[in-house]
Amino acid sequence: MSGAPLIEVKDLGVRLNTSRGPAQAVRGVSFALRRGETLGLVGESGCGKSVTALALMGLLPESAVISGSIRLDDTELVELPDKAYCKLRGNRISMIFQEPMTALNPMHTIGHQVAEPLLRHTGVSAAEARQEAIALLDRVGLPDAAKRIDAYPHQFSGGQRQRITIAMALACQPDVLIADEPTTALDVTIQGQILDLIAGLVEERGMAMILISHDLGVIAENVARMMVMYGGTVVESGETNAVFTRMGHPYTQGLFRARPRLGARKGTRLKTIAGTVPELADLPAGCSFADRCAIVEQRCRVALPAVVDVGASHGVRCIRTDVSMAAGDVGA
Amino acid sequence: MSAPLTASAAAAAIAPGARPATGFWRRALRHRSFVLGAGLSLLVLGAALLSLVWTPWSAYDIDVASKLHPPSAAHWLGTDVLGRDIVSLLLVGARSTIMVGVIAVGIGLTFGVCLGLIAAARKGWIEELIMRLSDFTFAFPAVLSAIMLAAVAGPGMLTSTTAIGIFQIPTFVRVTRGSANAIWAREFVLAARAAGKGSFRITIEHVLPNILSILIVQATIQFALAILAEAALSYLGLGTQPPQPSWGRMLNDAQTLLFQSPMLAVYPGAAIAIAVLGLNLLGDGLRDLLDPRLARER
Repeated sequence: MSGAPLIEVKDLGVRLNTSRGPAQAVRGVSFALRRGETLGLVGESGCGKSVTALALMGLLPESAVISGSIRLDDTELVELPDKAYCKLRGNRISMIFQEPMTALNPMHTIGHQVAEPLLRHTGVSAAEARQEAIALLDRVGLPDAAKRIDAYPHQFSGGQRQRITIAMALACQPDVLIADEPTTALDVTIQGQILDLIAGLVEERGMAMILISHDLGVIAENVARMMVMYGGTVVESGETNAVFTRMGHPYTQGLFRARPRLGARKGTRLKTIAGTVPELADLPAGCSFADRCAIVEQRCRVALPAVVDVGASHGVRCIRTDVSMAAGDVGA
Repeated sequence: MSAPLTASAAAAAIAPGARPATGFWRRALRHRSFVLGAGLSLLVLGAALLSLVWTPWSAYDIDVASKLHPPSAAHWLGTDVLGRDIVSLLLVGARSTIMVGVIAVGIGLTFGVCLGLIAAARKGWIEELIMRLSDFTFAFPAVLSAIMLAAVAGPGMLTSTTAIGIFQIPTFVRVTRGSANAIWAREFVLAARAAGKGSFRITIEHVLPNILSILIVQATIQFALAILAEAALSYLGLGTQPPQPSWGRMLNDAQTLLFQSPMLAVYPGAAIAIAVLGLNLLGDGLRDLLDPRLARER
């Protein structure tokens, strides 16, 4: 792919005002995506993945302080007035949510909900929007779309509902699609189908996609590049293949070790990363992973480590890569 | 739902085009409390309408010679202390009852729901202002605000109704804001925002429909309360003024004769009870019928 990036995020920072005081939920996140490119965000709960996504959508609470820059083509989105943002949301930049059970309004028919963004952002008539909604629902694989367009959300299964929310998100042919854990609430068998559907649509329409997940398997199979987030910062980023072959950050390695495996002997305990995610309201001064890291040193706690390049566009935010990557072979 | 879904009911529920709008009446007629509530409410409404064209006697003619008659062929429920026909009084009284309910709830609902929705959508100091104002209004008992208003505008049905209506605003503000806040926190509202909708459209399209059933039930309760409040105010002489009959005034008049002719209090009391019960059942039924999620269960 070539050409100017479609969406470019530089040094994004988000400070949320929580009941426990200000919390720096996201620090120094930067990336750029061209059309057709895919990026995965991975990390455990509370590490800033969803906040990053909501910052891109301009959906953070008004009290949140956003710094840095988010550019969509030539438009700067940080500080963009809400009216102008409303014209972008659902139109050029769209989002699929985690819970298909709750992401649909129970009081409206699915046809109404899929046609709604079309009516809102494009100048089509109600009849055209309805036709388009049927076509979209057909495309996302909802059986009997034409007949079921007037049914209500409760009349569908979880997988079907996620297909409907995807149809909603894609209605206006957005340039950027953010999928926030789109399969977490679904059966494993349905997961694969939904991810294949999203991948197909991304390729077909030349969208840029940001896929958020805590599931390394989902990330490995669906995105070209990935960023591992921890404590609001990107601790490792690079081509998915490169990251999975040579994991540089102790946290990434820990995540990888913690995945459940088929064929493990009965009674084998799942590996975990000791400790818990630090409270965003009182992050440590240095590396946010320091308290849970096996190879932590005194100098790790002094200041946030800089990103070290360990390969072509493969960066690790760790000052002990010499040790962590020498230990290497974590996959084994 | 106690009984499991039968196969055919399940099939009907997911049948294409199974909109709750279609077959609304079919389902409504099978809903017991809706039918009963609608029946009782129609009875009151019918009485009010009938009184416009016909009453057995005039509700305003005084005939002291035939006062406190027991029920007879001429006076089906007897006469009151001034010799007026009870049936005629009840029929005409239904008019003011309905008027009071409709106007008072209309005032409360319109202002209360608007303010509640604004509070939920805007948050911040606007929400704070609205809620503190409604607390302030709440602090005055309805009777007190009615007395204040009566002192300014003179006693009468309109004054008492307005006072009741104003007193109902904070109730609706609280109910609306509370339930609207719950809807605002739902993920489909976030999805709607992600689809580019502004807070006004989200309020109209997502918040309001989802709290409608709560508001309907609240409105029927408030309607009942308004009727009771009007009766209470008429009882104090602040509501409907004589000779205009009202159920509350009839109760008031009957009070002094409780030992001579207790039935004089029973009739208007029963009328009020029927109206209140009917409206509560109607609201309950409407809530069930308007919710698409419950549609298949009835």
